[in-house]
Amino acid sequence: MNRLHRASRPLIIFAGLLLIWYAVTLTSVPNYLLPTPLTVAKALWTGRVYLSHHFLITLSEIAMGLFFGLLMGMLLALTMMYSPRLQQWLMPVLIISQAIPVFALAPLLVLWLGFGMASKVVMATLIIFFPVTASFFDGLKRTDPGWLELAQTMNADGLAELRHVRLMAALPSFGSGMRVAAAVAPIGAIIGEWVGSSGGLGYVMLNANARVQTEVCFAALFLLALMAIVLVQLVDISVRKLLYWVPDSSNTR
Amino acid sequence: MNAISQQPLPATAMPASRKAPPGIVVKDLALRYGQQTIFEHLNLEIHSGEFIALLGASGVGKSSLLKIIAGLAVPSAGNVMGSDGLPLAGRIAYMGQQDLLYPWLNVRQNVTLGARLRREKIDDAWADHLLEQVGLAGRDSLLPAALSGGMRQRAAIARTLYERRPIVLMDEPFSALDALTRAKIQELAAELLTDCTALLITHDPLEACRLGRHLIVLAGHPATLGEPITLDGLPPRAPDNPQVLQSQGRLLRILTELHQ
Repeated sequence: MNRLHRASRPLIIFAGLLLIWYAVTLTSVPNYLLPTPLTVAKALWTGRVYLSHHFLITLSEIAMGLFFGLLMGMLLALTMMYSPRLQQWLMPVLIISQAIPVFALAPLLVLWLGFGMASKVVMATLIIFFPVTASFFDGLKRTDPGWLELAQTMNADGLAELRHVRLMAALPSFGSGMRVAAAVAPIGAIIGEWVGSSGGLGYVMLNANARVQTEVCFAALFLLALMAIVLVQLVDISVRKLLYWVPDSSNTR
Repeated sequence: MNAISQQPLPATAMPASRKAPPGIVVKDLALRYGQQTIFEHLNLEIHSGEFIALLGASGVGKSSLLKIIAGLAVPSAGNVMGSDGLPLAGRIAYMGQQDLLYPWLNVRQNVTLGARLRREKIDDAWADHLLEQVGLAGRDSLLPAALSGGMRQRAAIARTLYERRPIVLMDEPFSALDALTRAKIQELAAELLTDCTALLITHDPLEACRLGRHLIVLAGHPATLGEPITLDGLPPRAPDNPQVLQSQGRLLRILTELHQ
């Protein structure tokens, strides 16, 4: 019962938002500025082939960005963990790389890598890897020295220590990094598509905007929001599964 | 400058099948941090199979000494080896101030942690036996978070014993427990560690008197070891044992005098 109640909450919120939206469209706001929910639903249906094509493009950009961002973040964090010298050189570079707004790099990336998916994947990767690196490195570094000493007295070698102690101890921090990564990943992909692309939901929105097809723009936005929410939820669930031993005080009904 | 000239426990106290555990020889040990000398010229000999309690005020260097013996810290001078002349590495089990149970492993996985870390085959029968002995049978699939402080400490003892190491070093392992639980766990530890050479750091004179064969006080700056106090009778001694009470009073007096 409680479970059902919790599951229905997002639906109720969604219905409420739809209702408010519909109410606003009943005022004198012209349709080309704010289409009704029904018009958008129609646009979603009639444009389903077109939209799903671009949906998949954006989805794959985000998925690949997440994959490479996570991979790069983990490798960087491990490198810095095991080589203090490299860490001294890498850390400033990392911080500088974050000081430059990634959006400012978007035109260059498109110029170098073309209008295809590559530039968007790189955008998303660039945006994702930093929170992952920072949080994972932090977790690795802050492993309880007592746990490490215990492993040492049990004659654990470096690999066993990494696999059984450090990685596990760093998982909660890594989980936070994953959550941030999932939340920012779509931004990277969409910005990349806005700057220059031949496909993807960002491209659809830009195109529809220019032709004042506001309902198509809304339809694309709806799909994007749906994708982002599902992504964040999926990551959240997997992080919870991964961190089965961490008491979760936020999980109150 | 201390040698405990006490005969090792009679062989009958140990199962005939098992080899006598090595003792510990600490020779001319020194530890300095920059200008500060924690201790120097520290000598200590612990005979095979003896249970030594080391007392002292916080910050005097007890834990550092234990870590050096455990091979977790490097001394500024001197060395530590087994009474058989061989290094102690690989023959020591260590219990820290916290139970140090890994929160992502359940009780059984924590107990068998050593095998996991060394990629050895897990000896489930041995783990079952130990869990039974520490009173955690049937709780082996619980996560540490679901255990009480006493149960966590029991699991830590089982994990220590699983290693089958002849020497056990303990750094105030029971200090975080309430008095009643502590008394029970002390008894359990004393019973289960009879076959080992054991060095226990504690700041609790009662604990020292209940468990230790010899009690040694580490005090001063730089710290030196006091004359050992020897207690008769097999641990765990009863808390109201006259000898325990008397030595406890004496210890407390020594400690407070030294602290002034």
